[in-house]
Amino acid sequence: MTGTPAPASGPIAGSDIVLTFRDVDKTFRTGGRTVQALRGVNLEVRSGQVTGLVGPDGAGKTTLMRTTAGLLVPDAGAVTVLGLDATHDSLAVQSALGYMPQRFGLYEDLTVQENLDLYARLQGVPKGERAARYEELTRMTGLEPFTTRLAGHLSGGMKQKLGLACTLIRPPRLLLLDEPTVGVDPLSRRELWSIVYRLVREQGMSVLLSTAYLDEAERCDEVILIHEGEVLGRGPPQRFTTPLAGRTYAVSVPESLKKRTVHERLADAPDVVDAVIQGEHIRLVMAAHITPDLQRLLPGVRGVSIEPIAPRFEDSFIATLRDGADAEGAGAVAAPAPADAPPDAGAEHDTVIEVRGLQRRFGDFYAVRNLTFEVRRGEVFGLLGANGAGKSTTFRMLCGLLPPSGGELRVAGADLRTAAADVRARIGYMSQKFSLYGNLSVRENLEFFAGAYGLGGRRRRERIAWALSGFDLAPVREAVSGELPLGFKQRLSLACALMHEPRILFLDEPTSGIDPVARRGFWRRINVLAERGVTVLVTTHSMEEAEYCDRLMLIAAGEILALGTPREIKARARTPGHTHPSMEDAFIALIEEHERERGAAA
Amino acid sequence: MRLEGLVRKEFLQILRDPSSIAIAFLLPVVLLLIFGYGVSLDAKHVPVALVVAQPSADTASFTGAFYHSRYFAPLSLPDMARATEALMQGRVQAIIRLRANFARRLRGPHGAPIQLIVNGVDANSARLIQGYVEGVWIGWLGQRARARGVALRIPVRLDPRVWFNSELRSRNYLVPGLIAVIMTLIGALLTALVMAREWERGTMEALMVTPVAMREVLLGKLIPYLILGMGGMALSVAMAVWLFHVPLRGSLAVLFLCAALFLLAALGMGLLISIIAKNQFVAGQTAIIATFLPAFVLSGFVFDIGSMPQAVQGITYLVAARYFVFILQTVFLAGDLWHIIVPNALALIAIAAIFLGLARHHARKRLE
Repeated sequence: MTGTPAPASGPIAGSDIVLTFRDVDKTFRTGGRTVQALRGVNLEVRSGQVTGLVGPDGAGKTTLMRTTAGLLVPDAGAVTVLGLDATHDSLAVQSALGYMPQRFGLYEDLTVQENLDLYARLQGVPKGERAARYEELTRMTGLEPFTTRLAGHLSGGMKQKLGLACTLIRPPRLLLLDEPTVGVDPLSRRELWSIVYRLVREQGMSVLLSTAYLDEAERCDEVILIHEGEVLGRGPPQRFTTPLAGRTYAVSVPESLKKRTVHERLADAPDVVDAVIQGEHIRLVMAAHITPDLQRLLPGVRGVSIEPIAPRFEDSFIATLRDGADAEGAGAVAAPAPADAPPDAGAEHDTVIEVRGLQRRFGDFYAVRNLTFEVRRGEVFGLLGANGAGKSTTFRMLCGLLPPSGGELRVAGADLRTAAADVRARIGYMSQKFSLYGNLSVRENLEFFAGAYGLGGRRRRERIAWALSGFDLAPVREAVSGELPLGFKQRLSLACALMHEPRILFLDEPTSGIDPVARRGFWRRINVLAERGVTVLVTTHSMEEAEYCDRLMLIAAGEILALGTPREIKARARTPGHTHPSMEDAFIALIEEHERERGAAA
Repeated sequence: MRLEGLVRKEFLQILRDPSSIAIAFLLPVVLLLIFGYGVSLDAKHVPVALVVAQPSADTASFTGAFYHSRYFAPLSLPDMARATEALMQGRVQAIIRLRANFARRLRGPHGAPIQLIVNGVDANSARLIQGYVEGVWIGWLGQRARARGVALRIPVRLDPRVWFNSELRSRNYLVPGLIAVIMTLIGALLTALVMAREWERGTMEALMVTPVAMREVLLGKLIPYLILGMGGMALSVAMAVWLFHVPLRGSLAVLFLCAALFLLAALGMGLLISIIAKNQFVAGQTAIIATFLPAFVLSGFVFDIGSMPQAVQGITYLVAARYFVFILQTVFLAGDLWHIIVPNALALIAIAAIFLGLARHHARKRLE
C-alpha cells in the first residue's frame, strides 16, 4: 500500500507484549450499591494479532477498555500500555493508541468528510498526508461514495465503519474496539472483521476487540474470557474448546416432531449440561465422561438420532460456568413459569394475526411497504432484520400504537383501526428497553402493572404471587428494580407483560445484551407459553435466536425478503458449494440477492 | 491545529442545527420586539371613563383637555352605574366624575371637587394615572387663567427636569437591560446544552481518547460561542439604536468590550453546569434556573434593585447580569462614565475568572 504511514515505530518482534494488566481492581458506587467491575485482573495482549475480549454484558469489558485508554483509574494494580503507565501517562497513551468506544462519538450533523477532517486535526495528521489517508480509509471501508452524506443518515453498519475510519486516521500501534459489531447486520459484521484482519496482516497492528457474541471468539487469534469482572481463561480459542471434545452432540429431530417439544425434554434430561436448538438439531453438551443414551434421554421417542459434533466456544463458556456450579445443576436454568395458564381453547391453526398489504409512510419515506402475512395461534413468529429494516415500525402497528398508512390489519379477530383498545387488553408487550420504573421495587412494579391492567382484589394478589414465584423474583421482591442485573430486569419485565394473561405476546429484541445463561432460561419460558397456546411475536437480529422460532419473516428496507420456517429459509441459500448454510449465510445471501434485484430494476 | 479542528466543527454544527441559530439570532429579535413594542411601563392611551352629570361649557373645556392628552383615551358615559360597570369589566382603568354642581361651584369660593376613581390592582399604573390626571387638571387650570388674562396663583411650583431619559420612555432602559438577558441565554443556556449533548451522544468519550487536552476542548466551545454571542449582541444593539431609537451616548468600543467580559462569565457558568450535569435536560433546567431567571428578575433590568428587600439586594451582587445591566443602561443613556463602568467591569472579570476556573478544574479527562 503506497502512501500508508507505518504504525509508529517500535519493537516488531511477534511475541511482543503491548498491554499488561497486573492485579487490577475497579469498583463503582451506584446509589447505595458497590459494583466490582474488575477483580484481580491479570492479562497480556500480544502485538500483531487480534485478541478477543469475550464475555456477556456486564462482564467488565467496557471498564477494561476504558482503563486501558486511561479514562478510568484503577483502584489497585497496574496497567501498562505500549510500555507506558495508563494512569500517569494517559495523554501519551492516548496519542499512541486508537480507541473506538461502543457508541462511537460520530458527529451526526457533520458529513462523513467533516468527521474525518475533525479527527485528522485532533490526531495531528499533517495536512499533506490527509488526502491520501482519506482516500485509503474510505476505500477500505467502502465509504467512498458517501463522503458528503451526513453521518446521521448512514446505516448502523456504515456508522461503525466511519467510526473505525476516524479511529484509524493516524495509524495506532494498538487498536481498541469496544463491541464494534453490536447492533450491526451480519453483512456489515463480516466486512468489519475482514477490515480488522487486513489491518493486522498488512500493517502489523495489534487489536484488542471486545464482543458479547460468543461465536465471534472463534475468529480471534487469542481469547480472554471475562465474566463478572474476573478473567476465566486466556488462550487461543481452541484451548477453550479442546477440553470439551467428546462432550458435544447433535440430536436430529424428524419433521414429524416439534423441535421445541424435544428441546424441552432434553433440557431437563439427566446429565445434560446444555441444550439449545440449532437449525434442525438440538445441540447437547453432556456432563464430563458421560456417553449419551437416547433411551435414557428421550424415553419413548422414536425417529431421533444422535451424533457427535465439534465443540464451539459457547459450549465451553456454558460448561465452564455450569461445571463450577454443579449443586444447582443444569435444570436450574428455568423453572417454566406460566404453568397455571390454562391451555387456550381455540384450535391449533386459528389465525390470530392477519396482515394484508400493510404500509407505513413517514413523509415520502416508506418504513414499511406492502407486508402480507399471517400468524397462527400458539406460533412463535420471528421478525428478523437489520437495524432500520422496519421491524419496530411493524411491531408498533401490530400493537395498535401506530396507525398504518395503508392495508389491513386484524389482531385477535378485531380490526385495529376501530377496536385498538379492545385488542390491547388481549396483548402483552415487552419493549427492548424493559419499560420498568427503575426507582420502584420489584413488588411495586408488579403491583403497578397489575393495576394498569385493571386487576384487583384476590386476582391481583394471585397474579403477583405467581409472578414472584414463577420468575424467581421472590428473593429480590423489595430490591429497587433499576439496580438489578439485566437478567433480572428482563424476567421482571416479562412477568409484567404477562400479568393479565394475554393471548398474544409481543417481544421487541427481548434478549439483547443478556448473557447466554439468562437467554436460555428466557427462551424456555417462551416455549412453555407457546405450548399453552399463547402466540408469540418476537423481533431479533440474533441469528441464533431466529432458530427458536417456528416461522420467520426476514425484512429489509420495509419489504419481505423471505417468509417460512427456519429450514425453508436456509434451503433458499443452499448452493452446490454450500450444502449446509447457516441462518447467517442465508440472511446475507438473501440481502445480496435483494440488492442485486433492486440494482437491476433501477 | 487541534483547536482549529474543534472550532471548525463547532461552527459547522451551529450552522446545521436550526435550534442554536434560533437561540442566537431569532430569540433576540423576538424578545426585543416584545419588550420594545409590547411591554411598556409608561401609561399611554389609558382608557378612562368621563361621567359628566350636567354638561356645560366648563365641563366641555375640562373634558376636552383629556381628549387632547396623549396619555388618555377617554370614554364618555352618561352615569356612574355604567362607569362602575366599565371599570369592573376592565374596559376603563379610571373614572373621572364631574357632579351636576361643577359649573356652579367652580365659580364659588371653595372651588369645585372632581372625583377620581382609579383601578389600584396594578399599583404602579394607578400612581401613574393619578399623576397624569393631576397634570391634565393643572394644565387646564393654567389655560383657563391665561384665557382670562390672570396668572394662576400657586404659591410653590415644581419645575421638574428629567435627565438621561428626558422623555421618560421605559423602552430606553428596558431595551439595554434586555441585551443582558439575551447574552445570558446565548452564553449560558446554549453552551450548557451543547456540551451536555457531547456527553449524551458519546462524542465526548471519543474526543477524550484523542491527544486533545481538556483545555482545548473548553476553548473549542468558548471561542465559537463567544463569537456567536457577540453576533447576537451586535444585532441587539443595531435593533436598539435603529429600530427603537434608544440613544447611545457612550462608545461602541466600551459597550462591546464589556459585553465580551459578560459573555465570558456566562460561558463559564454554562460550561460549569454542563460539566457537572452531563445531560441536556438537567443542564437546560439548571441553566434556566441558575442564570436566566436571576438575569431576568435580579439584574435590575425590570425590577429596581434599590426597592428590593435588603437580603435580596445582597443576593443580586452574585448575579453577573446585574453589573452588565448597569453598564448597559449607563453607556446607552448617560455615556462612558468611568467611575461606574470600571468597578462593574472588574466585577464581571472576577465572576468570569471564578466560573472559567471552576470549569477548567472540574473538566477532567476521566470518565468518573
